[in-house]
Amino acid sequence: MKKTYKIDVDCANCANKMEEAAKKTAGVKDAGVNFMTLKMWVDFEDGTEPGSVMKEVRKNCKRVEDDCEIYL
Amino acid sequence: MSKKQKKVLVRILVAALCMAALLLLPLGEGPLRLLFLIPYLIVGYDVLLKAGKGILHRQVFDENFLMAAATVGAILLGEYTEGVAVMLFYQIGELFQSYAVGKSRRSISQLMDIRPDYANIQREDGSTERVEPDEVEIGTLILVQPGEKIPIDGVVEEGKSTLDTGALTGESLPREALTGDEVVSGCVNLTGVLKIRTTKAFGESTVSRILDLVENASSRKSRSENFISRFARYYTPAVCGAAVALALLPPLGRALIFGLAPEWGVWVFRALTFLVISCPCALVISIPLSFFAGIGGAGNAGVLIKGSNYLEALSQTGCVVFDKTGTMTQGVFEVNEIHSEGMERDRLLEYAALAESYSSHPISKSLQKAYGKSVDRNRISDVEEISGNGVTAVIDGVPVAAGSRKLMERLGIACGECEEAGTVVYMAVDGSYAGYILIADRLKPHAKEAVAALKKAGVRRMVMLTGDRQEAAAQTAAELGLTEVYSGLLPGDKVDQVEELLRQKGRKEKLVFVGDGINDAPVLSRADVGIAMGALGSDAAIEAADVVLMDDDPLKIAKAIRIARKCMGIVYENIYFAIGVKALCLILGAVGIANMWAAVFADVGVMVLAVLNAIRALSVKKL
Repeated sequence: MKKTYKIDVDCANCANKMEEAAKKTAGVKDAGVNFMTLKMWVDFEDGTEPGSVMKEVRKNCKRVEDDCEIYL
Repeated sequence: MSKKQKKVLVRILVAALCMAALLLLPLGEGPLRLLFLIPYLIVGYDVLLKAGKGILHRQVFDENFLMAAATVGAILLGEYTEGVAVMLFYQIGELFQSYAVGKSRRSISQLMDIRPDYANIQREDGSTERVEPDEVEIGTLILVQPGEKIPIDGVVEEGKSTLDTGALTGESLPREALTGDEVVSGCVNLTGVLKIRTTKAFGESTVSRILDLVENASSRKSRSENFISRFARYYTPAVCGAAVALALLPPLGRALIFGLAPEWGVWVFRALTFLVISCPCALVISIPLSFFAGIGGAGNAGVLIKGSNYLEALSQTGCVVFDKTGTMTQGVFEVNEIHSEGMERDRLLEYAALAESYSSHPISKSLQKAYGKSVDRNRISDVEEISGNGVTAVIDGVPVAAGSRKLMERLGIACGECEEAGTVVYMAVDGSYAGYILIADRLKPHAKEAVAALKKAGVRRMVMLTGDRQEAAAQTAAELGLTEVYSGLLPGDKVDQVEELLRQKGRKEKLVFVGDGINDAPVLSRADVGIAMGALGSDAAIEAADVVLMDDDPLKIAKAIRIARKCMGIVYENIYFAIGVKALCLILGAVGIANMWAAVFADVGVMVLAVLNAIRALSVKKL
């Protein structure tokens, strides 16, 4: 299942870091961040609950870039 | 400017004034050093905080950490003016970047601002209700006033008007909409009130599909973008490693090998310069911004590009393959020529139109259209259709035959042969040959210029594929100035032909196929870049193609290539410029020629220039 989320982040490199962090989160099959449209799409593994996975994704993103936000 | 940006701006101004005042005041070295901490903290406290958090999260190569380390180091070494100035310039750069990116983000979204805000539902009692477009069900009657956008695809049930399709096609020529016509969402209703019966849900309407496509375009990343994000991942650690080496090795070497003074301060300071240069932001921001601007600009010109990778491929076009019907020709059959033997030409056409009036064949339709008057069927009697060959009838008491050469042969009437491409209707009136009417597909108005423009754009090879017969294909090709034509192809043959052409092309060249999106989905997906044209309202074409031309003007093919070339040019300029300046500053910094001022230019200045350059990709009007 693929979902798109609105994000907020200030620099392009930070967006790349968020992408990396999201990809590495458990339950995420693939993910991408579009800095220009400020959107993140996440493809979830089958049988996972997007809500709880996204909480982890947000936590991991905040770890690499403190000044970011994902609107769940 | 957002609130956040304004706050940063105020901090920058206050810190700059404070610093200027300190420089003018006649103070001693000691107090000055302490006082300089005031502007430093005003402008840089958030960077220091973020750096601290970065360390807690083990993000050592975080740019805040690098900046903090460089400036704190400079201040500790006694170079407090430079430490504060570097932080100041860094913040100015960040502010500019955030402002410029925000602005281009907005202006690009404005270009694609075709999303309707509401729909007016027409109730049975005549009242209307304003609702969100996605609440409207299929088959609902909606009312569109002049000046409003059509929110959802549908069919006009009542009213007539002209529509401005500019937002979708980039063309300003209005299109007419009459009762019974299909209309697509995103057009602006110009003159009359339209009542429209919706045929799709909002999410499936043209407008939504286009917006989806544009918003998702940059998720398909180009090779250059991937290169840059990989580069950024290794660049920062590499430069930081070099900084550590620069701080340690030369002083140790001087002291241990040559027995000289180690000069720790000099080398540590040079290493700090490295840290300032190590931020990859100029590169990382300018490349996707260039692509985003290029795709946005193209969208505004009616060329939808589904991903940066296709933009990149399009710029390397070496071979263009066209479909004929519907792509280079209009795909509608029209009476092209009336050749009469003795009779008035209008009279001949009238006979033909009347004789064929009972048929629903496209040929009959084009005859009726050329005739232009309504047919009085009382004048016609004894109609006999001879399958595949034509028709005989008695009109105003005169026997008339209209059809192929075979029909004439069958009736034993001698007739001349028409050599021209197209479908020929031979006419016999009252038992003798009366002439012929040539019905042919027409070239699109700009087809010829389009071929010339592609040649000028450096396309090495152009090939036309068609299912049509050889004469028609050869004539169209000759008119267009094309030398390579393959005719009589079935859809499957077209795929084979394209695969053959793909084998023949150069390794770095890309093959572009242009079709009208109907029946050629397999070829569109097989080519390096599949362009569907005239795709306004055609879901299948939007789905199958990589690039969609919203109107059916073939000139847009060359324009799309030029847009892609310009954008890629900017991308390469930015890559070379940013990497070049950084490399230069690293070398000069290592030998001590470039100081921290140069380093901050390499970081912030390059970024500012690269961002400004990237925004150039947005303007494509004059291409």
